[in-house]
Amino acid sequence: MASLKELRNRIASLQSTQKITKAMQMVAAAKLRRAQDAAQNARPYAARMAGVIANLAAGVSGPGAPKLLVGTGSDQRHLVVVATSDRGLAGGFNSSIVRLARERIASLIAAGKDVKVIVVGRKARDQLKRFYGDRYVAVFEAGLPTLGSAQPVADKILELFEAGEIDVVSLVYSRFKSVVSQTPIVRQLIPAQVDEGAPKVDLKGAGYEYEPDEETILATLLPRNVTVQVLAAMLENQAGFFAAQMTAMDNATRNAGDMINSLNIIKNRTRQAQITKELIEIISGAEAL
Amino acid sequence: MAEKLHFSLVSPERELFSGQVDQVDAPGSEGDFGVLAGHAPFMTALKEGRVTVYNENQKKVYEVRGGFADVTPEGFTILAEQAAEVL
Repeated sequence: MASLKELRNRIASLQSTQKITKAMQMVAAAKLRRAQDAAQNARPYAARMAGVIANLAAGVSGPGAPKLLVGTGSDQRHLVVVATSDRGLAGGFNSSIVRLARERIASLIAAGKDVKVIVVGRKARDQLKRFYGDRYVAVFEAGLPTLGSAQPVADKILELFEAGEIDVVSLVYSRFKSVVSQTPIVRQLIPAQVDEGAPKVDLKGAGYEYEPDEETILATLLPRNVTVQVLAAMLENQAGFFAAQMTAMDNATRNAGDMINSLNIIKNRTRQAQITKELIEIISGAEAL
Repeated sequence: MAEKLHFSLVSPERELFSGQVDQVDAPGSEGDFGVLAGHAPFMTALKEGRVTVYNENQKKVYEVRGGFADVTPEGFTILAEQAAEVL
C-alpha cells in the first residue's frame, strides 16, 4: 500500500491537473460560442452561392461548360484536402477526421487512382504524414478561419487544377451538427457538387440575363465557390473542435474528480490505520510498565 | 408603392441585410442599376461601389467590393466579397 505522503502527492498533482482541464473547458466553451456564431453567419452566403450555382448548372452543359463545374471528363487523378485543427486535446475530433481521410485515400489508391494530398491543420499534417507524407503537395496551418486563411488553400487547389494536374478534388472535414455531435464528412469540391436540396428558383418562363456574359460570371463565381467551401469547412471545423474540446475537458475534469475522491478514501483509511497502530503501540507500551 | 422586393446582402462573414424593400441600387460591372419588385431574372458581377437600399422613405447605404448580384422572381441577392454599412 502506498504511503501517506505518496497519496498526498498524487492527490495534489491530480488537483492541479483538474484545475487545468477545468480552465481549458471554460475557455473552449467561451470560444465555442464565437466559433458557432461565425459558422452560422457564414451559412447564408454558402447557401446562396450553392443556390446560384445550382441555377447556373442547370443552364450550362455541353463541351463549352466550365471544367470547374462539369469536371475534366476523367476521374483518374484525385486531390484530397484534409482539414483538421492545429491543436489537440479534443478527444477523438481530429482522429476521426484523419481516419475518414485515410479510408478515403486508401480506397482511391486501391481503385488505381493517382492521389495527391493537401493538409490543412497541424494535426492532419502530423497524423497523415506516416501514411501519405510522400503524397503531400501542400501543407497549411488552420489558424483562424477567415477569408484570408482560406484563400491560399483555394488558390493552391485552383492552381493545380488549372495546370491540369488533378481531375477531382474532395474535401474532408468535420461537420458541426451540434455541440455533442460532429461527424467527419467528405465533400466534393471539383467538379462542383450541386446540392440536391438547393432551392431551385422558378424563373416563370423568363430567361436569365447575364452581364457581362455567362462565361465571365461563371469563371469568377466558380473559383469563388471553392474558396467559400474551404472557408465554410474551416469554420465548421473550428466550431466542432471547440465543442469536442469542451466535452473532452469536461470528461477529464470529472474523471480527475472521481480519482481524487477514491484516493481521498484510501488516504483517510491509511491515516486511520496508522493512528490505530500508533495507539496500540502506546497502550501496549504503557501496560508493559 | 404596393409591391415589395425581397433583398438580401450577404458577405462570407455574415448576413448584413435581409428583408422586404422598395428599391435597391447596385454597382454592376457594366454600370449601375436599380432593381424594383418584379424585375426580370438577371445576374451580374459587381464592381467596387455603393449599394443603396430604399424602403419607406428610409435609405441604407452599404459599401461593397466585388461579388455578384442575382435577381430572380423570388428576390434580389447580393453575394459580396466584402461589405460594410456606411453610416
